[in-house]
Amino acid sequence: MKKVYLDNNATTMVDPEAYEAMQPFFCEKYGNPNSLHDYGSQISPYLRKAMDQLYDGLGAGDMDDIVITSCATESNNWVLKGIYFDKIVTGEKNHIITTSVEHPAVGHTCSFLERLGVKVTRLDVNSDGLINPDDLKNAIDDKTALVSIMWANNETGAIFPIKELAGIAHERGVLFHTDAVQAVGKIKVNVIDAGVDFLSFSAHKFHGPKGVGGLYIKNSQKLTPLLHGGEHMGGRRSGTLNVPYIVAMGKALDIANKFLTFEDSHVRRLRDKLEDALLEIPDVTVVGKREHRTPNTILASIKGVEGEAMLWDLNKAGIAASTGSACASETLESNPIMEAIGASDDLAHTALRLSLSRFNTEEEIDYAIEEIKKAVVRLRSISSSFAYAPKGYKSGL
Amino acid sequence: MAKNDLISTSFWDEYSQKVQDRMNNPKFMGEITEEEAKEKGCKLIVADFGAESCGDAVRLYWLVDEKTNIIKDAKFRSFGCGSAIASSDTMAELCIEKTVDEAVKITNIDVEKAMRDDPDTPAVPPQKMHCSVMAYDVIKAAAAQYKGIDPEHFEDEIIVCECARVSLGTIKEVIRLNDLKTVEEITQYTKAGGFCKSCIKPGGHEKREYHLVDILAQTRAEMEQEKLSAIADAKTNPNASDMAFEELNAIGQFKAVENLIDKEIRPMLQFDGGDLDIVDIRESDDSYIDIYIRYLGACSGCASGSTGTLFAIESVLKENLSPKIRVMPI
Repeated sequence: MKKVYLDNNATTMVDPEAYEAMQPFFCEKYGNPNSLHDYGSQISPYLRKAMDQLYDGLGAGDMDDIVITSCATESNNWVLKGIYFDKIVTGEKNHIITTSVEHPAVGHTCSFLERLGVKVTRLDVNSDGLINPDDLKNAIDDKTALVSIMWANNETGAIFPIKELAGIAHERGVLFHTDAVQAVGKIKVNVIDAGVDFLSFSAHKFHGPKGVGGLYIKNSQKLTPLLHGGEHMGGRRSGTLNVPYIVAMGKALDIANKFLTFEDSHVRRLRDKLEDALLEIPDVTVVGKREHRTPNTILASIKGVEGEAMLWDLNKAGIAASTGSACASETLESNPIMEAIGASDDLAHTALRLSLSRFNTEEEIDYAIEEIKKAVVRLRSISSSFAYAPKGYKSGL
Repeated sequence: MAKNDLISTSFWDEYSQKVQDRMNNPKFMGEITEEEAKEKGCKLIVADFGAESCGDAVRLYWLVDEKTNIIKDAKFRSFGCGSAIASSDTMAELCIEKTVDEAVKITNIDVEKAMRDDPDTPAVPPQKMHCSVMAYDVIKAAAAQYKGIDPEHFEDEIIVCECARVSLGTIKEVIRLNDLKTVEEITQYTKAGGFCKSCIKPGGHEKREYHLVDILAQTRAEMEQEKLSAIADAKTNPNASDMAFEELNAIGQFKAVENLIDKEIRPMLQFDGGDLDIVDIRESDDSYIDIYIRYLGACSGCASGSTGTLFAIESVLKENLSPKIRVMPI
C-alpha cells in the first residue's frame, strides 16, 4: 500500500541532512557543553554554528537573543507568563491581546492568566480566517502589556500581516509576540523586518527533530525565566542543552530557508492541484484565499462527510491527514477554527486538513486525489445528511 | 491521570475487529422505500435522530408487520464517525425479527456488547460510547412513530449517563441508600460516568445538562439538610422518645414543660382559681435546669406557692422530665 503523509502541520519528517548532522552528538561528541574538559569544550563550535544558522535563518541581530527551548509551547508559555511577572503582577499593566484562533499553547495559557485576573481580549477572524488590523488598534489600551498573534494559522494556513500588526502595537508602546511555528520554513520570516519583540518556533515543523524549539527575544530585553536553575543560555533558560537536537534544528532551518522558493513553487503547485481536485467535488468548501495562506495548507469542508470517518478511510488507503472536528480530537466539540471563522455547525464537523511538505511528490498527490474521491463517494452513500440533502447535493462526484 | 493516561494513543486501536469490519462494510446501510413496504405488506417507519451540526445523525428504516408488530427489515443511514456507522449497523441488525416493544428494550450497552470480539473487552473506547447511544435513541423515535406516541414515553426519567443509561432518580437514590461520598463510588454502584465520562463534570466530550459532581454535591447537601432538620425536629419535639430532656433545645424544653404543666399541674391550680406562666428556662452554672415561673390568679398570693405547691410542681417536672430541674417562682 502506498503511504502519503499530508499532515505536515502536525509534524514533519526530519530532513535526512539534519538527521545526519545530529548523529555524532549521541555516541561520539556527547559531552556537556558546559563542562570544562575536552568532551565539553569540543561541542562549542558545533553549537555556535547551529546558533549562527538560527540567527541567520530568522534574520536576528547580534544584540538579540535566540534562546533554545524544548518546543514552541514552552516559548509561548514563557513569553505570556514572563510578561505576567514583569508587567502585570507589578500592577504596571493588566491586559493581553490575542486572537480567537491561536494554538492552545497561547490560547490556554491566556485562559490560565485570565484566572489570575489578567484581562484578555481575543480578536475574531473573518470567513477567510484573517483578522482586521483595525480591530487590534481599537483593542489596545493603556493597560495593554502584550499583543500575541500567530504568524500563520495551523488549521487554515492563513497568514497574518505580522509587520503591520507589530507596528500597530509599537505605536502604542506595546510589546508584540508572534507564534511563528507554522510560518518558519514555509514562508520568509525575518524578525527584524517584521519588528516583533518575541517569536516562537519549533524545529519539528520545518523538518527538524521533535522536542526542540526556540524563542527570539529582541534586544535581549528582560523576560522573567520560565525555568530557573543553572546558567545555561546565559541564565535565561536553564536545563542542559540538547546538543544533537540543536545542531539538527540549525541545519533544518538552514535547509528549509534554502527551499523557500521551492516551497512557494513546487509545494504550492501540488497544494493547488489537490485543492482544485477537491473543489471539483460538489459541495466542498475551502477556507481562505490561496494567496493569503501558507503554500502547503488546505482546510476543506466536505458536505455530508464526517471528519473522522474521512480520516478512517484515508488511513486505510495509507494517507495521513488531520481534522480538528468531532471525534478526532480529545473533545467531541466541532473544529474550533471553523467556529471562529463563522462556519455553520454543519461544516464544522466535516473539516479535513491536508498539509503538504517539500517531500511530497506529484504521484502522491495524484494518489491522494483518487483516494479522497473514493472516500467521499463511499461516505456520502452512507451519510444520512447528504443522502437527504436538497437536490443539488446528491451528485456525489 | 495515571501512568496509562500520560501518553495518548489512537482510540482506533481500541476498536474491536467487529467494529472495524462494520465501519468498512456496513451490512444494513441503505434505505427502504414505500414500494418495498407495499410489496411486503408491511408498514414503513422512517425515524431520524441527531443532526449534522452536532456531529452525529442517523436515519433508521423499519419494515413492520402490523399484524405481529415484528420488524421484518431494518436499514440505516448515518452521518458520523466510523464508530457511529458501526453502531448504527449493529443496531439495525439487532432490530430485525424483534417486536417493536422488544426493540425498544435494546440499549446502547446491547449494541456495544454485540460489537465485542470477546465478552470481556469493550468494543470501543469510553469516549466512543456515545455513538451507540445515538443508535438507542433512534429506536425510540421509530417505535414512538409506529405507536403514534411521544418518544419521551419510553423515557420515564432524566438520563444523566447516556452511555450506561442511568437516570437522575437512580443516581440520587443510590447516593442516599449507600451514603456515597465520591463520584468514583457512584460509578462503582451504577456504572454512570464509567464510559465517555462526559457526565462526570462540565468540559467532557459532550455537553451535558446534568453532571455527577453536581448531583453528588446537591444530594449530599440535601441529605445534610435533612439530617439537620431531623435533629432540629427531634430537639424541638418533646415527644421524641429517644432524646433526654437535657438534649432538647430551648424550644423543645419549653414545649415539654408546657405540655406536662398543661396535663398534670394546671388543672390542679385552676381548680383553686389559680394558674402559672413559664417565664424562662435556663441552665444554671451548677448544672441544674432552672425553670422560672410566675403564679397567676389565686396562686399569686398563696402562701403555699413557695412551699407545698412549689414542691408538687417541681416533683412532677423532676419525675417526668429531669431530676436536674429546679422550679424558681418569681
